[in-house]
Order: sequence, then C-alpha cells, then structure tokens
Amino acid sequence: MRLRRKKQENDFIPKKKKRTLEDIALDSINYLVLTVLSVICLYPFWYIICASVSDNSRIQAFKGLLLTPLGFNLGAFKLAFTHPLLLSGYKNILIIMVIGLPLNILMTVFCAYFMAAKGMMWKKVLIPVFMFTMFFNGGLIPAYLNQRSLGLYNNLWALIIPGCLSLYNAIICKTAMESIPDSLIESAYIDGANDMKILFKILLPLIKPTLAVLVLYYGVGHWNSWFPASIYIKDNALLPLQMILRSILVENSDLMNSSMSDVNINAFTETIKYSTTVISTIPILVVYPFVQKHFTKGVMIGAVKG
Amino acid sequence: MKKMADTQKKTFGKRVAADFRKHKWKYLIVLPVLIYFLLFCYKPMYGIIIAFKDYRPALGISASPWAGLKHFKTFFSDVNFWRVMRNTLRISISTIIFSFPAPILLALMINEVRNTKFKKMVQTVTYLPHFVAIVIICGMIRQFCLSDGLFNIIIEAFGGKASSLLQKPELFTPIYVLSDIWQEVGWGSIIYLAAISGIDQDQYEAARVDGAGRMKQILHITLPGIMPTVITLLILRMGSILGVGYEKILLLYNPTTYSTADVISTYVYRTGLIGAQWSYSTAVGLFNSVVNVIVLVTANAISKKYTENGLF
Repeated sequence: MRLRRKKQENDFIPKKKKRTLEDIALDSINYLVLTVLSVICLYPFWYIICASVSDNSRIQAFKGLLLTPLGFNLGAFKLAFTHPLLLSGYKNILIIMVIGLPLNILMTVFCAYFMAAKGMMWKKVLIPVFMFTMFFNGGLIPAYLNQRSLGLYNNLWALIIPGCLSLYNAIICKTAMESIPDSLIESAYIDGANDMKILFKILLPLIKPTLAVLVLYYGVGHWNSWFPASIYIKDNALLPLQMILRSILVENSDLMNSSMSDVNINAFTETIKYSTTVISTIPILVVYPFVQKHFTKGVMIGAVKG
Repeated sequence: MKKMADTQKKTFGKRVAADFRKHKWKYLIVLPVLIYFLLFCYKPMYGIIIAFKDYRPALGISASPWAGLKHFKTFFSDVNFWRVMRNTLRISISTIIFSFPAPILLALMINEVRNTKFKKMVQTVTYLPHFVAIVIICGMIRQFCLSDGLFNIIIEAFGGKASSLLQKPELFTPIYVLSDIWQEVGWGSIIYLAAISGIDQDQYEAARVDGAGRMKQILHITLPGIMPTVITLLILRMGSILGVGYEKILLLYNPTTYSTADVISTYVYRTGLIGAQWSYSTAVGLFNSVVNVIVLVTANAISKKYTENGLF
C-alpha cells in the first residue's frame, strides 16, 4: 500500500495544474461527505464525554445539541468508582480477561499450528471436522443445556471456556504461520527441536503483529460481551461490567439502587449513564491506536479464507 | 479410530501407528482443540434431537419421549411464524440493501482522497464505533430516541413532531439499519480498501492516457477490480439471511415493537430461555439453521456458475 501511495503522489503533483472540473467537483463532494461522516461518527462520543462531566440537573433539563459540558461535576465518576456493583463488574471482567486471553491465544495458536502443519494423515479428517462448525451449530438452546450439564453455570468459567477458541481467528493465525518459510522450520527439526519448541520459540515471535490483532479481537470480545452472562450468571456479584451497564443504560432497573443504600445514585440518574459509558469505553480507545495499523492484514485474511 | 484400523488392512494400522509416532507432538497440540470442538460444537449438535422429543430436564436428553415433528408443526401453524419470518426477512434484506453497499461506497471515497493525513483521520474515526460495546451503542440509541433525546431535537429542528421513537413499530427497522451502518461502515470498508490496493496501477495509467476522467476510472477499473471481493462477501451475507442476531434486538425492542422487531432468534430466546419450552424453541432454531445452510449452499452454487467465484 505504501508503495502505491508514493506512486500516486508522484503522479499527482505534476498534474496539479491541469485539474479538470470533474476533479474539483469530485474532490469537493468527497471531502465534504467524508468530513460529515467523521463528525457523525465522533459526535455521539463527544456528547457522552460532555454529558458525563456535566451537572445532573442541567443535563436532565437540557434540550439541544450538546457542544460543551453544562457545568462541571465529577460526582458521577466518583459514584462509578465507588458503587459496589460496578466495582465487582470491573473485577469480574478483569478476571475473565486475565484467565481468558492467554487461554484464547493458546487454543488459537494450537489450532492454527495444526492447520498449517503438513504431513499428518488425520489432518484431512480433522480440518473438515473443525470447518463444519463454521456453517452449522447446535443453536442457542442445545448450547445452553450443554453448558449447564457441564457445570458451566453461574461461575466465571461459564464465560471463559465456551468461547475460548474462534475458528475464524485461528484461520487468520494459520495464514500468518504459513507465510513463514518452510526451510526455517525444517532446519529447526534437523537441529532436534520438537513441534512445541518450533511453535513457541520460532513461529510465535515471527507472527507477533498477528498475535497483537488476535489479542485485540479476543480482548474486545470479552470486554464487550454481555449475552452469555445474562443467561449463565444468576449471582449479581459475578456479573461482568457490561451486564451492570445494561441494567443502567438499557433496562433502567433498580439493580443499582437495591444493592446499595449509603450511596445516593438518585443525584446522578442521568450522568451516571454517561460516566460509566466513558469508563467502559476508554480501555478500548487506549489500546486501539497501537493495533490499528495491523487491521488490514487481519481482516483481509479472515474474510478471504473464512 | 481403532476400529477402523482393525477392520482394514494391517498396513493401514501400521501406517496410522507410524503417523502417530512421527507427529505425536502435533496430535498432542491439537488434542485440546479437538476436545473443545467435540464438547462445545458437536455435543450441542447431538442435543438438537430434543427438537424431535418432548424434552424434560428431569429425564435428560436420551430418556425424554419422542415427539416426531410435533414442534415443527406447532411452529408452522403458530401466528408468530409469519411474524418472525417477515421481520427476520425485512431486517435482513434491509441490511443487505443498505448496510452492505455502504462500506463499498466508503472505500471508493477513501481511495479517492489524496491527502494522507485526512485519509488516516477518516479511517481511524470510522473504524472506531465497531469496537464499542453493543450495550453502549444501544444505550446511546435509546437515549437519543427518547422524546426529548438528540434525534427528536433534530426532528423538531426540521419541523417534525417529537415522539418516543423506539415505541413506534414502523421505525424499528430504520433505526436498526441506520445504527448498523453507523457502527460497521468503516470497519467493513477495510477489506475493500485492501482489495483496491491490489488493483494493477498500470490500468489507471493506461486509462489516463486514453483520457478517462476519475469517475470513469472508478466505474471501469476500481469497481470491477473489487467485484470478486464484493461477490464473495455478498454470498457470505446471503448465507445468513435468516441469521439476524438477537443481541442488538434484545437491547432495543420492547413489547410495543414486537410486531416489527421480533425475529427468529429473539423468538427462540424468549420461548426457550424465558418460557422454558426447550423442545419447541430448539425446533425453531433448527429450522433456522437448516434454512441458513441451504441458502448459503445455493448462493455459493449460483455464484460459482455465473462468476466462477465461490467459497467452497
């Protein structure tokens, strides 16, 4: 891509003088539409940030396009960091990530290594067995009954183990592994390395950018997931952050009130919605720029082979 | 595996043993993966048989009495059948018509931007909503749709009347589709941008020499250049035409909008997990998956025949 961009720029500069009417029209419409689109994509976030630090009563009474905070009050943030349900929500999602992510990556590289390896006679059988699950599955109810029968119910393992491998991600990883020259792996075999060593000492260090994308995919997946918790977790103390957010943002339930008597949530009925949204979205915004440059590769491979 | 080896020629058994010896590490590595698929993908597939039984949790799957096609017949004659079918198809087809082309258009537009900084900015900003939790997105939608919310302020500014938008059945599909475009248009454009970067640059050179303007170049070079990608993704999309997910709808709908918002997957969720009609909801889910597979295979066959592009 970089090569191509350079080429275009070089082509473009000498031609600048003879820009046709079509060029000008096309460019101006293009820039205008893209600018408007960017604003539309960003404004809701700006709205939420402004609302989160505003005064609750002024936000409730306000009607219009919010461009700056109305007053300044960090009470909703203070509440978001002291409310026990939210605190246990952060704790649970962190536990899920700390245990879940290494497991995700381990399972994914195992699956990818087997798919990328050559010569095993059962590969022809196993790969279709894996691939079939992409096109057909048992559906919601059998999966639910299965998970209950396995004891993955009302504990955090219920949110970690069942989704620990995504075949789609394994295919992305496999494609990255296949781009490593065979000669490197063969020479490692000759030196007496076994497959474990080849995988962990040679392949994985070479596909770090892909692993970064996979960590982001799985990480965002865990962080944003709410549905499994809504059907497999019954104990409020085990609910991850998104479920608490759902009760604040979507259900307007009194879950928050009932669990807490000494913190007055009523003073922040509106702003608490925005402050929790900000807090829960910031981790993603922080990680995102570091991984963004690898997206094209990951998406491309996944979509073409998937 | 052992049985197969026994029943066939001995040389086969020896070959299997040699294969396992030679690749023991690879098989060891894949073992947890295989167990995962058997336990969490194939075991639930076995559980599908409760669609043909009267499942009772106390009896378990195998001991529950058979019911034949009873649950399917109940579903097909249910008043909800047409409602959920109609809603699923309406929402799905609307997303294919509106959400599917949007990233293609965006990719073509981003590709025409020569200013690298602006291009990067647009990409960064439009990818962002993809990563925001669906709970947050739906929370924002609900907030903005309230009768004093952001959307109503805009509606009033244009002379319309404010109302609670998510309480109106006729507005559910537009809200669903528009927010879907908003969230996914940037992310969806990545793959098309990658496809565009694979187009041979000499073609543009030749077109310029022949006096083709930029619009002509887009229509006759860029668009045909990404057509194989478009078709592949369209087939994939068609394959899930009855696969409208429950997550977003569960967060947006309410009994007032069931008439347009209740789709097959949310119906399965409500009858199964809320109503505990295990066998009936499994039957509905199975019907959905089978139709999905049939549509996908058909779309693939059609595409292979006419465009020589297929998934499998």
